[in-house]
Amino acid sequence: MQYSWFNRNLKWIYTLPAVCFVLIMMLFPIIYTFRISFYEWSMSATSPPVWVGLDNYIALLKDERFWHATGSTFLFTIMALALEIALGVAIALLLSREFKGKNIVKTVFLLPMVATPVAMGLVWMLIYEPTIGAANMMLKSMGLQPLLWLASPNQVIPSLVIVDVWQWTPMIALIIMAGLATIPTDPYEAADVDGASAWTKFVSITLPLLRPTIIVAAMLRLIDVLKTFDIIYATTQGGPNFASETLNLYGYVLGFQYFKLGMASSLLVLFFALVMGLTLFMIWMRKRLEGAS
Amino acid sequence: MKKKKGTSILQTSLTFLVLLIFAFPFVWMLLASFKTQAQIMSTDQLLIFEPTFGNYISVFKEYDFLKFIWNSFVVAFGSTLLSLILGLPAAYAIARHHLQKLGLLILVARIIPGITFLIPWFILFSKIQLVDTYTALILSHMLVGLPFIIWIMISFFEALPTEIEESALIDGCTHHQVFLRIILPISGPGIITSSLLSFIFSWNNFMFSVILAGDKTKTLPIAVFNFMSYSEINWGALMAAACIITLPVLLIALVTQRYVVSGLAAGAVKG
Repeated sequence: MQYSWFNRNLKWIYTLPAVCFVLIMMLFPIIYTFRISFYEWSMSATSPPVWVGLDNYIALLKDERFWHATGSTFLFTIMALALEIALGVAIALLLSREFKGKNIVKTVFLLPMVATPVAMGLVWMLIYEPTIGAANMMLKSMGLQPLLWLASPNQVIPSLVIVDVWQWTPMIALIIMAGLATIPTDPYEAADVDGASAWTKFVSITLPLLRPTIIVAAMLRLIDVLKTFDIIYATTQGGPNFASETLNLYGYVLGFQYFKLGMASSLLVLFFALVMGLTLFMIWMRKRLEGAS
Repeated sequence: MKKKKGTSILQTSLTFLVLLIFAFPFVWMLLASFKTQAQIMSTDQLLIFEPTFGNYISVFKEYDFLKFIWNSFVVAFGSTLLSLILGLPAAYAIARHHLQKLGLLILVARIIPGITFLIPWFILFSKIQLVDTYTALILSHMLVGLPFIIWIMISFFEALPTEIEESALIDGCTHHQVFLRIILPISGPGIITSSLLSFIFSWNNFMFSVILAGDKTKTLPIAVFNFMSYSEINWGALMAAACIITLPVLLIALVTQRYVVSGLAAGAVKG
């Protein structure tokens, strides 16, 4: 009948091109990276890769710059994630009511997410510029001491966190707003009858009901914050004095500036394991919390 | 519910403040792009100043900006189109035949740090002399676009009612015909959403292009970034370039807001 070989195997024919692409463009690079992490090679055509076993990993674990980058990655991630979740929930609550111009607000919210990160990095460089930047103008107008922002090793990570918060809090807020829309109104009515305060209602009704949404939002953000590259590379390239060098940036520098492909690959293997581990941990936590509630 | 007037005013002013903060960098960028270097340097011409188009003129005159715009467009368009061709059938098969494991594989692509791919690609593309070609850039950008399109389209196809398909099959259509003639035509909103976002991601991509693009295929983000390597930063021209690169994405997002929001939300909630 009409069920030719083509139609019987349609689901495999439909998925085959995409699967082939994924295998060639993803699986091959992952295996290759893993393999080259046991070799020493600088991409030269004349000297082939030399097997060095675990040397790259050992060198990395003894490398101060690696540990510094790990610290910076965690610092950046924790600060950005905490601020984005807190502000995202606050803004979502603020915008959850109906008001005139709500669509305009939502539109403006969309812009930081879709605007080209490199271009936005440059704009923030101008804002943070110590002598002519808007950030210091604002501090001075409030009678505060001007800061060095991106130019200071101590202030550079918080400054970059602010940029990330500006860029991505809207996404968290939009997800939380979608979550808020699904919360039933009867618990609030019951709480009103009991005369509960706004804060009590927030802590004992809104927050628990929002928890699954918050966890999903946090998980998505965590995966991306760990990998932040564009904004940091465009503004500081890891400086000043390596103060804002995260694992992603250090891997990039090792590979494409120092051409230590083996060491870069071993860093990327460890970094991949870290991202994967944290993601799995979040998934596990989500399941456990959902099971508990 | 009753509302106290005091809270309402507080909420309105807070909303306004939030709006101001998130819009500020864009306003600042736009203002600075019409200022001379001297005007940017002085603090007494913040909002009121005599605008100049000099920055925009110099961006197009001194640099081959039209070329960079064209490169960015070719790569974004090419990678989105190819991702759709590979992704739509795959997403449909995954959604209808519950091939969850394949869906999971696609998700892993989102989790893996992009740099992990970059070293092998660079070695491979250098060997077959594909560095600095549209092919290399399109292939690499598809790695962002394809998983995204598949991911969004799986949930879109899953939400479609199966009755239409079933009746078409009874009428003698093959599965292939059902997909091409019935499913694709009614999937407009999903396809628009996912391809818009895929286009934007590619347009914005910096990490893959900075390694795989060369003089011939340099895309906008790389060109703008290279602006900075000169000894004294020409802020006005830099901001003009930033405006040019951001404008198309912002326009897409504004005009098709509804689609973009639903796309970002779908990509998020499914996680």
